[in-house]
Amino acid sequence: MNLEYGPEYEDFRAEVIDFCKEYEGISFENTSSKNISRSEWQKILIEKGFIARAIPKEYGGFGGETDIIKSRIIATEFSKAKIPGGMGGQGIDMLVPTLLEWGTEEQKQHYIQPTLHGEMIWCQGYSEPNAGSDLASLQTKGELKDGNWVINGQKIWTSTAQYSQMMFCLVRTEPQAPKHSGISFILIPMDTPGIEIRPLVDMTLNAGFNEVFFTDVTVPEGNIVGKRGDGWSVANSVLGHERGSLADPNATMNRLNTLINMMKEETIDGRRLIDIPSYRDRLMQVQGKVMANQAHSLRLLSSKINPGQNVKLGGMIQKLVGTELRHEMEALAIDVLGEIGTLYEETPRLKENGSFQFHYMYFLGLIIGGGTNQIQKNIISERGLGMPKEPKVQEAS
Amino acid sequence: MYFGLSEEQNQFQDYVKKFLSDNVSVDEIRKIANGDDQKLHDDIKSGLMNLGLSGLLIPENYGGLGGDLLSAVSIAQGLGTGVGPISFAGSYVMTPIALSLGGNDDQKDKYLPKIASNEIKFGVGLSEYVAAREDSGIELNKGKASGKALFVIDGDDADFFILSDKGGTMFIVDKNDKGLEVIQLTTVDKTRLYLELNLKNVKAEVLQETENNPFIIQKVIDAGRIILSADSLGASESMIEKAVSYAKERKQFNRVIGSFQAVKHMCAEMAADLEPCYAMLWQAAHSFDHDPDEARLQACQAKSHIAEVAKMVSKKATEVHGGMGFTDLLGLHYWFKRIGLNRQILGGPELVREEAAELQGFNQ
Repeated sequence: MNLEYGPEYEDFRAEVIDFCKEYEGISFENTSSKNISRSEWQKILIEKGFIARAIPKEYGGFGGETDIIKSRIIATEFSKAKIPGGMGGQGIDMLVPTLLEWGTEEQKQHYIQPTLHGEMIWCQGYSEPNAGSDLASLQTKGELKDGNWVINGQKIWTSTAQYSQMMFCLVRTEPQAPKHSGISFILIPMDTPGIEIRPLVDMTLNAGFNEVFFTDVTVPEGNIVGKRGDGWSVANSVLGHERGSLADPNATMNRLNTLINMMKEETIDGRRLIDIPSYRDRLMQVQGKVMANQAHSLRLLSSKINPGQNVKLGGMIQKLVGTELRHEMEALAIDVLGEIGTLYEETPRLKENGSFQFHYMYFLGLIIGGGTNQIQKNIISERGLGMPKEPKVQEAS
Repeated sequence: MYFGLSEEQNQFQDYVKKFLSDNVSVDEIRKIANGDDQKLHDDIKSGLMNLGLSGLLIPENYGGLGGDLLSAVSIAQGLGTGVGPISFAGSYVMTPIALSLGGNDDQKDKYLPKIASNEIKFGVGLSEYVAAREDSGIELNKGKASGKALFVIDGDDADFFILSDKGGTMFIVDKNDKGLEVIQLTTVDKTRLYLELNLKNVKAEVLQETENNPFIIQKVIDAGRIILSADSLGASESMIEKAVSYAKERKQFNRVIGSFQAVKHMCAEMAADLEPCYAMLWQAAHSFDHDPDEARLQACQAKSHIAEVAKMVSKKATEVHGGMGFTDLLGLHYWFKRIGLNRQILGGPELVREEAAELQGFNQ
């Protein structure tokens, strides 16, 4: 066991801390004196190598090497200093790595830089009304006609579709092939005629998702990434990344601290919530889980820099454990606040901007989304514990 | 940066696991639990001792290996997987730490080398300092101890006991002292022995550094809690393995039951909750030796969190085995009960969490 990163990294940490001091109080709000636009901020972070580190310079990245210890240091220090990180989203987190692995030179040149700089926003067209957990049964159809893909069908759960310039989309192009090998990965400009977006309001009352309808949507043949029928492999090469990132341990620690502070401030009959033994015990239970997860994420980090350290199962549990823990933590905040905990939207007596209710519901969404936690349990038991798959059911006639 | 057990620690753990899987089947555990075969029990004890467990935490200049708590954790995990029917947490972890931190030079010279060479053995009774139940509790008066100690651990074949008074002053008593009455308590866990000690004016050899310095007894208790958690972690790991392999073999409705999601999901839940416990435990052990500011909180949280996860695992793993899980034939209950004891010894989850809250100033 050696938890030291070494002098080179401590120098880097000092550099990050200096950077955080320099930009202390920075904000994207117009009202702030330290106002900066998101895309300006993004460019500063890329220039410093704090994000897009391993993406080649010619595509707009920093052109360095992946260094997950540095990434970890950046995330930790930014989180401590409450400095906003780089932009995320489907384009930066999922499409860019996909293009780096599968894209043609022309696609890389064309898409990666504007995506990294926040000038090109992407949405992901995967799920369909009848293809959720069983994603590979998707039916949106793509036919090649006169050098163009003509696309018809419907996607659902498409977050940020209304703000996106582009969609990366899974489309069935080989109807005769077995279901996993009949899918292609196609890039679609969202202003193409024939696309209709309908916002889907979720239980948090935000339109976090959309339904997207395609009627004879026509894009050039060259918008395919990978070969015809490779779409399932192309999509899966980065899906794992999304699952790992759904519940960031730094964010979880910050929320725990918010909860603790709230329990020290709020009272019942003049008594601090944290002084009520049953509430305090639940808090300590949640803290135990958070500490276990923090330690676990260090172990996963270690496994990435020490080849041979086997944590296969350890990586598979992240989405399941992380999302359930956040949901439980927000639920505790609501319980200790009692009636006050039910306040939401704009109302007198609201605490923390209603964020406890928001996250309580939002994380229920994440328990379901990104591969439901039931699907996660299948993955853990089948791939992690080597248990047999459920036998196939005969097609109903 | 490397977060985990070292190659050497993994190897040491593997030796322990291998010894147990080669020599201590459920049948052997049953014989030992029923007290049917003292020779078998003695052979197993000496076989495990030959791996060098007794000197692990004893400093090198006293004839030991000078290992750290993480090394002891790696052993305890191994012992837990096979419900190793031997003393460890008390005799070979808490005792050397208590003597090293609390004893004077004479006491260290007198006891440490002989513990390492396995000539003498200590039992440990600090339950009263954590939470004195019923009429337990010991008073020290002019070098004499009187009172009762409950749930003394690792007392089998002990020549001495380390006990404490309510203020955390630790002392040694000799098992042959005329004022000492030793009473065996029967718990559900028969893989290890638990004693009650009745003391009437027993000669107490005080560990001087522990007088008016509760830091030392707390350190000893932290170590004990971490080791008991490691034992439960190992036992849980083993129960999941048993459940998964049983589910892959047992057939109902013309299918192995492990192909039913109801069963698979129970196994996934056990694995998902147990997996972060490894890191939590190792970090607590590492902090014990290297990060004193975090050590106590981590020890408390590891003790309570792992106790909760292990309890869940012991229940679900038994359920996966169906009716067989409930029988003595399969012997799964030895693991279930071992987890049950580790949970309560040196403080159950609620008590330990309350301590964790106190450490952070949460209860005023």
